[in-house]
Amino acid sequence: MRLEGKVAMITGAGTGIGKSTALRFAKEGAKVVVTDINEASVKQTADEVKKLGGEALAIRHDVGSEDNWIQVVDEAIKAFGTIDVLFNNAGIYVIKPLFDTTVEDWNRLMNINVTSVFLGMKHVIPVMLKQQRGSVINASSIAGIGGSPNHVLYGASKGAVRTMTKDVAMEFATQGIRVNSIHPGYINTAMVDYAAATTHRDKEALGQAVSPIGRVGNVDEVSNLVLFLASDESSYMTGTEMVIDGGAMAR
Amino acid sequence: MRFENKVAIVTGGASGIGEATVRAFAAEGAKVVIADFSDHGAAVAEELNKQGYDTLFVKTNVAEEASVKAMVAATVKKYGKLDILFANAGIGAQGVTHELSMKDWQRMIDINLTGVFLCDKYAIDQMLKQGTGGAVVNCGSIHSHVARNTIPAYSAAKGGVKLLTQSTAIAYAQQNIRVNAVCPGYIDTPLIQGSSEEARQYLINLHPMGRLGKPEEIAKSVLFLASEDASFITGTTLTVDGGYTAQ
Repeated sequence: MRLEGKVAMITGAGTGIGKSTALRFAKEGAKVVVTDINEASVKQTADEVKKLGGEALAIRHDVGSEDNWIQVVDEAIKAFGTIDVLFNNAGIYVIKPLFDTTVEDWNRLMNINVTSVFLGMKHVIPVMLKQQRGSVINASSIAGIGGSPNHVLYGASKGAVRTMTKDVAMEFATQGIRVNSIHPGYINTAMVDYAAATTHRDKEALGQAVSPIGRVGNVDEVSNLVLFLASDESSYMTGTEMVIDGGAMAR
Repeated sequence: MRFENKVAIVTGGASGIGEATVRAFAAEGAKVVIADFSDHGAAVAEELNKQGYDTLFVKTNVAEEASVKAMVAATVKKYGKLDILFANAGIGAQGVTHELSMKDWQRMIDINLTGVFLCDKYAIDQMLKQGTGGAVVNCGSIHSHVARNTIPAYSAAKGGVKLLTQSTAIAYAQQNIRVNAVCPGYIDTPLIQGSSEEARQYLINLHPMGRLGKPEEIAKSVLFLASEDASFITGTTLTVDGGYTAQ
C-alpha cells in the first residue's frame, strides 16, 4: 500500500475530487482527516471510508478562517498524532465578466481559494517539520496558467496558488517538506456542470472543445495524481506543477 | 502489478535512468525490451531473465532510422505487440555556442532529438496498427524549460523534445495514445559520476533540495505516466528536479 501508516488531511472532501481522493488514500492505507464547509457531506465521506475498513475523522471546516484551521489541526493531531499529507483542495468557481465582478465577489473567492491554502500551509507544515517529512498538494487549475474570458477572479486565485506553491516549496526544500500543485482541466464535478450552464453548452461539448482527448476528466483520474504526489514515489518532486487536462494546455 | 501483460521498450535501458526504469517495469510485471547502443544491455537482460523476468536486449542506435525500425520489429516479433515506449536514450555535452563544433552539435541533435522523434514515430505506428492505444514517455530535462550557458546543444535538443511531445500528444489523443515527457534535474548517473567532486557539488547546489536525484526516483515517475492511473494526462511535462525549475 502506497500510503501505509500515513495521516492525510483533505479539504473540500465532501464531494468531487476531494471525496475521491479521501477514498483512494484510505484504500492505500492512509488515515484520513476529511473536512468541508458542508458537514453532512463530509460525514458521508467518512462513513464510506469506514465501510472500506479505513479510519476517518470528519470535521466541519471554514478554510478561510485561521481560528478554524488551528482548531481543525488540533483535532486531527488528537485523533491521529500527526499529519503527513495535506491536500488543499477546497475551492469555489466563479465565471464573471470583469465589469460585473464586485469587491465582495473578489474578497469572498480569494478568502476561500487563496487564504485557505496559505492558512493550511501555515498551520500544517509546523506539524510536518517535527518529523522532517511531509507532502503538500495544492489544487490550482489550468486557469492558473492560461487565460480565459470571464475568469479574472478564478484565474487570479489559481495563479496565486501556483506561485505560493513554489515559494513555500523553496522555503522548506531542505527540510523534508515537498509542496506541489495540480492543474486540472475540466473534471466531471459540480464545477463542470456550472461551467457548462454558464457557457450554454452541454458537458460533452465542453469536454470535446477544451481537451484533445475529447472528454472531461473523471475525479478518480485526478485522485490518482494526488496519490502519486502524496506518496514517496515523488520524493524528488517539489515546486512542480502537474497539469492533468487531456492535453488542453499542450496546444 | 500495474504492468502485467504489457510490453515496454526502454531506450538507453542499459544504464542510469533507463536501467532503473527497466528494472521497475520488470518488477511490476511488464515484458521489457532493453534498447541500447551499449552491449552492457545484454548483461542487464541476462541478469533479469535469470531472476524470472522477461526482458530482451536489442542493440539500437536511436539516431539511425533503420535501427529504430528494427528495434520495434524485434519487439513485436518477440512479444507480439508494443504498449509503452520510454524514449530515454541521450548523451550529455558541454561547449558554449561559439566554440561548439558543427560535428558536436549534430551528434547531440541526432541522438537527443532525432532519436526521440524516430522512436516515437515507429512506436506510435505500431500502436496505431494494434488499435489498442498506448503510452509514450519522452525524456526531456529541466533544460527543456531553463538554460545554462555551457549546454546550448543539449538545451536545444531537450527543448525540442518538449514540443515534439506536445505536438504528438495532441495528434493521437483521440486514438488513446498518451504522450508525455519526464523532465529530470541532475540525476546521479554515469553521465555525472565522471565529474570532479567540485563539479558535483556545484550541480548539487543548483537544486533547492540540496541533493542530486536518484535514477529510481525518475523511474517511478515514468511508471506513473505509463500506467492507467495517468489516463487523463497527455501532452504534459512531469518535472522531477528537487525544486530546480521552481526557483
